[in-house]
Amino acid sequence: MADEKDMQREPPKEPQPDGASKPASGSKEGGESPKKGAEAATPKPTPPAGTVSKPSTTATTAKPTAPATPKPTPAGKTVAKKKTRLDYRVHTWPHLVRSEFLVAIGALIVLTIWSILVDAPLEDPANPNRTPNPSKAPWYFLGLQEMLVYFDPWIAGVVLPGLIIMGLMIIPYVDINPKGNGYYTFKERKFAITVFLFGFLVLWVSLIIVGTFLRGPGWNFFAPWDKWDPHKVAALTNVNLSYKVGIRDDFIASIFGGAVVIGYYLLGVIYYLIMRNRSEVLQKLGVVRYSIVAFLFLTMMALPIKMILRWTLNIKYIWVTPWFNI
Amino acid sequence: MPKLPLPKLRLPERSDFEEMKQQIVESQVWRSIFRHGYEDTPRNRVLAVLDNVWLHLHPTKLPVHGTKLRFTWCMGGLTFLMFLVTTVTGVFLMFYYRPTAEYAYNDIKYLEFDVPFGMIMRNMHRWAAHAMVITVWLHMLRVFLTGSYKPPREFNWAVGVMLLTITLLLSFTGYLLPWDQLSIWAVTVGTNMARATPVLGHEGPFAPPSIITPSSDVRFMLLGGTIVGPSALLRFYVLHCIFFPLLAGGLMMLHFWRVRKDGGISGPL
Ligand code: HEM
Repeated sequence: MADEKDMQREPPKEPQPDGASKPASGSKEGGESPKKGAEAATPKPTPPAGTVSKPSTTATTAKPTAPATPKPTPAGKTVAKKKTRLDYRVHTWPHLVRSEFLVAIGALIVLTIWSILVDAPLEDPANPNRTPNPSKAPWYFLGLQEMLVYFDPWIAGVVLPGLIIMGLMIIPYVDINPKGNGYYTFKERKFAITVFLFGFLVLWVSLIIVGTFLRGPGWNFFAPWDKWDPHKVAALTNVNLSYKVGIRDDFIASIFGGAVVIGYYLLGVIYYLIMRNRSEVLQKLGVVRYSIVAFLFLTMMALPIKMILRWTLNIKYIWVTPWFNI
Repeated sequence: MPKLPLPKLRLPERSDFEEMKQQIVESQVWRSIFRHGYEDTPRNRVLAVLDNVWLHLHPTKLPVHGTKLRFTWCMGGLTFLMFLVTTVTGVFLMFYYRPTAEYAYNDIKYLEFDVPFGMIMRNMHRWAAHAMVITVWLHMLRVFLTGSYKPPREFNWAVGVMLLTITLLLSFTGYLLPWDQLSIWAVTVGTNMARATPVLGHEGPFAPPSIITPSSDVRFMLLGGTIVGPSALLRFYVLHCIFFPLLAGGLMMLHFWRVRKDGGISGPL
């Protein structure tokens, strides 16, 4: 009885069936991917119910679930449809609760053993007059500290972190690709996944690793086998881009730098103008969403670009002005 | 008056233990706490979730793939677990720790050497906090890879990003509290960034020099001084033990609520 009551309550909580089965528009997009996804994510629909020892439960888990799900959708329509994920539902107790419990126990055991074996660090008492070299931020911020090598603090420490947070929050509103919702796929959303993984693994995680293990005194670079020599002298031969191309006048240099930076962002505009009529994706995206994506993407790519410019050409700043340098 | 009968041989199928168990389970007290039997019936499976304040955050049924580790990696759950561990161990640490420059460091030493279980409480607090930072990143990665931020879950992703930020801030404010060389310099490096805030930091671009000075910019506001000193310690302590945990807790409630209201765990339609 409670079971039934619960199932009657369930449908309103699960809005997708309603939304997705708006027959005309939804089915074209949805026709392909959900089928694929359903096969991928629910390859063994029966076993969980089947493995339960009591025959009575097997019957009850399998039976009432199936009729319960088509309810929310307009009658008749879904009956003929392929089974959705909601047709393969199991009781939370024990199927989910059991895994959660085991994972929690496992994690607590690992954490306890780890805490017995490894002590939290505690150095000498705080002394404002004795600055350690190197001074490092907590490890999870070392990606940001590493960016300080390439950008001034107002960019690396304030603007970029702000843009990372804003950019992450904006993702769902600018990624309008309806595919790949609720299952793993690379094929159906190559751009989104590539960009995200590049940002996360290359620009965030690997910079943390560099900052943690490869940066020593003076924030100089040390290979893992090098000894941290506090007297290591790194040649400061970096020059500004304008100097590199032969501009000596400050005023002209800042005009030039501005032109380069603005030109860089104009790439996004040019790409839009060229592709506008050729790419369906761009048209669907619309100019506002596109601008946001292009701005965030180009800003993100500015970091690896500047890193490479530094390594290859010893470029210090791209744009020098009396107020700020980029 | 009558002779006491000899004790009968006990039947093997009903031991003292079982009898006792039955008495307990049928007592008024027990039944007032656990309202349903333990028999494995579908009804009880549903009630086990519905009637339990901790479990009722779950739906009574869910799609099979939602129970699979290979789908969720259980990373959201592990993040929450780490938060709970830090909360419990953190309360323990608060009994012994005083957030002043005179006492803070010595209190940590005291915890480590004299307080029973002080060392392991401190270690667990620290490592769980670090683990939480890692699990929250992995959770975000999994949510991204399964595209679970797509409609109707856009807003819950945004709530998640706020939680991510708060997780980092919780960890960062806690980093200062041992008041050792590692703490103050890491926090010095971190908060030095605030100096460079455009307009609001005294070394930032476009900061009006007469108004924004080292003792009136955002960094000063954050630290309550121009260096990481005693007032910064007190501020970070309050933020770490009261403000951010409450904020994180509130947002987690919202987050979990939304997981349910957005249609339960995401999945292929
Ligand atoms: C303190 C931090 C967090 C906690 C405790 C937490 C907890 C959870 C839990 C328990 C779930 C259920 C499914 C699962 O375990 O994967 C979940 C789902 C979700 N989380 Fe988080 N989360 C946190 C941070 C985040 C972050 C940083 C993001 C994204 C930026 C995020 C986005 C989501 C979304 C969109 C879902 C729904 C996923 C789905 O339906 O498949 N959460 N969260």
